Amino acid sequence: MTHSGPRTGTTLDAVAEAGRKAALIAYLPVGFPTVAGSTEAMVELVRNGVDIIEVGLPYSDPGMDGPVIQRAGEAALDNGVHTSDVFTAVEAIAEAGGTAVVMSYWNLVLQYGVDSFARDLASAGGGGIVTPDLIPDEAGPWLAASEKHDLDRIFLAAPSSTPERLARIVEHSSGFVYAASTMGVTGVRSEVDNHARGLVARLKEAGAERACVGLGVSNREQAAEVAEYADGVIVGSALVRALDSEGVAGVGRLAAELAEGCA
Amino acid sequence: MTDLSEETGPYFGEFGGRFIPEALIPALDEIEETWRKSQVDPAFTDELLTLQRSYIGRPSLLTEATRFAEHCGGARVFLKREDLNHTGSHKINNALAQALLAKRMGKTRLIAETGAGQHGVATATAAALLDMSCVVYMGEEDTQRQALNVARMRLLGATVNAVTNGTRTLKDAMNEAMRDWVANVDDTHYVIGTVAGPHPFPAMVRSFQNVIGVEAREQIQDMAGRLPDAVCACVGGGSNAMGLFAAFLGDADVKIFGFEAGGEGVDSGHHAARFSGGRPGVLHGSATYILQDADGQTQASHSVSAGLDYPSVGPEHSHLHVTGRVTYEPVVDEEAMEAMRLLSRTEGIIPAIESAHALAGAMRIGRELGPDAVLLVNLSGRGDKDMTTAAKWFDYIDEGAVQV
Repeated sequence: MTHSGPRTGTTLDAVAEAGRKAALIAYLPVGFPTVAGSTEAMVELVRNGVDIIEVGLPYSDPGMDGPVIQRAGEAALDNGVHTSDVFTAVEAIAEAGGTAVVMSYWNLVLQYGVDSFARDLASAGGGGIVTPDLIPDEAGPWLAASEKHDLDRIFLAAPSSTPERLARIVEHSSGFVYAASTMGVTGVRSEVDNHARGLVARLKEAGAERACVGLGVSNREQAAEVAEYADGVIVGSALVRALDSEGVAGVGRLAAELAEGCA
Repeated sequence: MTDLSEETGPYFGEFGGRFIPEALIPALDEIEETWRKSQVDPAFTDELLTLQRSYIGRPSLLTEATRFAEHCGGARVFLKREDLNHTGSHKINNALAQALLAKRMGKTRLIAETGAGQHGVATATAAALLDMSCVVYMGEEDTQRQALNVARMRLLGATVNAVTNGTRTLKDAMNEAMRDWVANVDDTHYVIGTVAGPHPFPAMVRSFQNVIGVEAREQIQDMAGRLPDAVCACVGGGSNAMGLFAAFLGDADVKIFGFEAGGEGVDSGHHAARFSGGRPGVLHGSATYILQDADGQTQASHSVSAGLDYPSVGPEHSHLHVTGRVTYEPVVDEEAMEAMRLLSRTEGIIPAIESAHALAGAMRIGRELGPDAVLLVNLSGRGDKDMTTAAKWFDYIDEGAVQV
């Protein structure tokens, strides 16, 4: 039994107790533009009010991602990023006082070894894994490893999920449920789909303690809108774009702006 | 052990499953339910049977290849002529059936991935016939080496989107089709072209390709008076192979061989031999054998044949590999091209380069089994689409000649 880092549920509850509307959850892929550069950006996020960081693991076949994250992932892979680099980033975030989880397509975890990955993530100070292409039905080994190493299982729920599916997702999730606000891939959208509010309500009805909304949020206004009904606001592509065009300082500025929307 | 021919998914042994975003699960459930109901609904099976006869041209012929057989150790060689189907390959069997299912589900738009372009053409054809809109995703590299099929799809009214990310081949086309599907699942059906992808696709596509083996089993008994000693097919995703193999899985005396693209040789690293050079993992929705690096990043495949140039394989093939029921062997580019030339010159039949891998394999197996053997080979498609590749390979175009 290893001791994992801060769990997402604890972090989300602390945000609520502090009287803030929602937590700010940020996604950046490790290795973009370099491992050191991405780690520096993630620490900057913590300093600018981000509560939970999803450390993305670049993958050759990111079927759930739109062009911004695809390109960042390809660049990271071209630069030679490896699975083990994710633990470096997680450790830096934990040291900076942030809560870190990993977001990864399943094959990378599978090839590392599900139990080994959970063990190394926990000892790096990570809190769990977001699994975009793993449904609870297929997650047997991960259910066991997450129990053993005290990690959160963050499954996704979609607007298309039936009540039966939502019940199953809620039953097997820990920390929070990732509510995909729209039917589609990651990317900045001019409006966050109004499916999201309904999905969060349905998740709560199904017994979810906490639900965080992702896919499409890019600015303070959208963050504030989602913060009204969600426990956390997840931002990805907009931050990757900011890092690409304005560097670490730019990411910090956008994070601070988004954090105001969640306050 | 359960009867291998009775497997219906979601798992084939330790392979298969649904490793896919939650957003698509309701769509997969709907497809499975509609498919299972359709299998016992005479309105569906009659409509499909009628189209198979009057539109595809089924049953496809079984042709004994006596001159080609001389290069196969003197064994008797029978070719299942899927190349004679409308649109030129076995792909139409599945595309048309899935298009009918999509109509039943109230979908108005079909999307597809394609490598060599045969599945894209088949889907575009089904969409034209059934008055549906159609978008085909094709890796940019494949749109260049299969330019004629791109033109065919456009003539049939489909939109062809060249995919420029990743390795710009079939696997990236599949990623892009998946992204389209998740955003448009309300009105769109994704016609996966092979026995891969999440459940129920592997089992469903096999059920639509089964007709190959069912016909061939009866035909070869009529013509040879017995079951074959060996059955051969090429394996990319593996739909022509599963369609043929399924009918023979229960026949213990029938040896079954699947031939993967060995590219420039398995040791060169430039190949698509998943069983010789890959290991189990998860890609495109199912657990199966994959070409991947130590981290699990998918490795680029290589083959002279676009249709076999895929780093993953249908999960049922992985199961048949680990159980030992089917033997999978690589065939390198050079062997396949030589078999293509040989069949053309001995039988007057120009095979697709994909199918030429099965022919090259049959030459090998025939020599092993000897002159008393009876071989059944799936000629999954015709080679017209491959003329540019073949002309370059064999140096058949006169210097300075330009087709006008």
